[in-house]
Amino acid sequence: MDPIKQIRSRTAVLPYTNIDTDQIIPARFLRTTVRAGLGKHLFSDWRYAADGSLKPDFALNQPDAAGCQILVAGRNFGCGSSREHAPWALHDYGFRAVISTEIADIFRGNSLKNGLLPIVVDAASAEWLLAHPGAELLIDLERNVITLPTGTQVHFEIEGFARYCLLNGIDELGYLRSQEAAITRFETRRQATAAGPAGH
Amino acid sequence: MKTLFEKIWERHVVVPETVDTPAVLYIDLHLVHEVTTPQAFTMLRQQGLSVRRPELTIATMDHSTPTRTEQVFGGAPITVESAAHQIAELERNCRQYGIELFDLRSDLRGIVHIVGPELGLTQPGKTVVCGDSHTSTHGAFGALAFGIGTTEVAHVLATQCLLQRRPRTLAINVEGQLGLGISAKDLILAIIGRIGISGGTGHVIEYRGSTIRALDMDERMTVCNMSIEAGARAGMIAPDEVTYAYVLGRARAPTGADWERALASWRELPGDVGAVFDREVSLDGAAIEPMITYGTHPGMVMPISADIPVRRDDPVFDRALAYMGLQAGAPIRNHPINVVFIGSCTNGRLSDLRSAAELLRGHRVARGVQLLVVPGSQQVKQAAEAEGLDRVFIEAGGEWRESGCSMCIGMNGDNVGAGQYSVSTSNRNFEGRQGQGARTLLASPQTAAASAVRGLVTDPRELLNG
Repeated sequence: MDPIKQIRSRTAVLPYTNIDTDQIIPARFLRTTVRAGLGKHLFSDWRYAADGSLKPDFALNQPDAAGCQILVAGRNFGCGSSREHAPWALHDYGFRAVISTEIADIFRGNSLKNGLLPIVVDAASAEWLLAHPGAELLIDLERNVITLPTGTQVHFEIEGFARYCLLNGIDELGYLRSQEAAITRFETRRQATAAGPAGH
Repeated sequence: MKTLFEKIWERHVVVPETVDTPAVLYIDLHLVHEVTTPQAFTMLRQQGLSVRRPELTIATMDHSTPTRTEQVFGGAPITVESAAHQIAELERNCRQYGIELFDLRSDLRGIVHIVGPELGLTQPGKTVVCGDSHTSTHGAFGALAFGIGTTEVAHVLATQCLLQRRPRTLAINVEGQLGLGISAKDLILAIIGRIGISGGTGHVIEYRGSTIRALDMDERMTVCNMSIEAGARAGMIAPDEVTYAYVLGRARAPTGADWERALASWRELPGDVGAVFDREVSLDGAAIEPMITYGTHPGMVMPISADIPVRRDDPVFDRALAYMGLQAGAPIRNHPINVVFIGSCTNGRLSDLRSAAELLRGHRVARGVQLLVVPGSQQVKQAAEAEGLDRVFIEAGGEWRESGCSMCIGMNGDNVGAGQYSVSTSNRNFEGRQGQGARTLLASPQTAAASAVRGLVTDPRELLNG
């Protein structure tokens, strides 16, 4: 995974609350065994008309939205299913960060493992961002700060370990595997006591 | 003094969390299915890793599998080619890594969250994960169970552990007796209506109180199943005699001295008196009515007798109603419907089918309405057929299928048509969830069955009262 330190981009805005993962990528596109190439299905039912043409009124289909790496959305983005295809599709489409006042738990965890920053900001900042599509932002992950075009700096928090992995391009699995000795000790201890899981 | 959640969490901490690192949490049971795992096995292959404890992972196929008998057992080709490919890929992965698989024709196959409990794999005190957000279902046994992404599936396969920050706790206390015709589905929909679709975000819910204690295991699973619909990754209910009686004697449950040891350990799990939750919410169980959704997420829910709310200056709300083709301020009762779906990990268990059959017996489905009944597992299917429930559904004019997720997620070709209204016992009414343009009204099996009979959204108490 490539390290992420800064993202400088204009924003695309979806001013809807509770955007669920079925909207981000509908379930019929989950019948795949690979993770690549899902960007073309991103927001499929909102982006495309029945004949496959682009719906002209959808925000991501506006000429100004082309190339945007930052998606700003209403509260509770990514609710619903655990499909990691959602961050895969957003990343493949070109997004590197999603900003909202609230981001659903499973989606947030999946995003952090795929180079997509799930950023929660305060309500006033979100209101400004939702009202200013196309705003040029600088997201600085080293300082946990978003700089708005007005010069205002907005602080955000990302879980420390995930942030460390993102900044350094480290895969979390490598860390987990380095805990092998502790895992083996845990298993041995449990086997020796009655509290262990009943086998099947 | 500790809560149920805290006790299970502490029993599974391999490495405690610090400011810099999350806890390493041990996973007792890992359930896998065909849709969210192929890329995880690819990660293992790419890194040359093996599955650390293959005996702690169990695989089934459910999301994209056909429900038509001729495609499952009759040798007819699976019409959705990409689904057939996923099924073959899961078979290959399980073979290569030594994971037990309930394949398409297995008697033990079914929806992953129905298979685990019915086999006795789901037990109090376990940590249970699966690449599916409705893994919260297993919390009904006093287990800590939550959905994970595909990368985490690879983590569990490779290390039997996950990196986790400790979530906050939310107690939902429900007191009182549910009324006639009111089910666990109405209860959880009422809870979601109360706390909202993100009311449980960042929390593990524990459902408590006399209403919860009075539920049987099938009902408890329905409640915990939809915890994620309130944003909570996990929902749980303290184990009690009802739990132990359900697990005892199941195929993969402990036996003999192992059972006694397990039982002693399980009895220590319920939260201590005075244990403190980060938040608490209380509801009056006796006041709950049959519930139904009217919008495009499960938090847009109301009693079936109510009028659709009116909201000023809320374009997202207006957009949802426009998608649904419904009017603010109008009643939902007697609204015409096209499809009724009875099934899913929320309401695809034997008691759900019995409840629906009770209302359908001696009736015909209204003209023009499609009734699709999909048992949650092959075991549920056999048990239902042994009681003649299949005959009730078929004689009413419904379709009786092989088990799977089916029309809850519409990946296998079982879809609701664009613009059609579906009363569904499933868990999500998101736009397009049951098919592009489909309009889903979530409700209980009783409400779904009553609505099928009349062809209109119907309060089941109208039929129950004769």
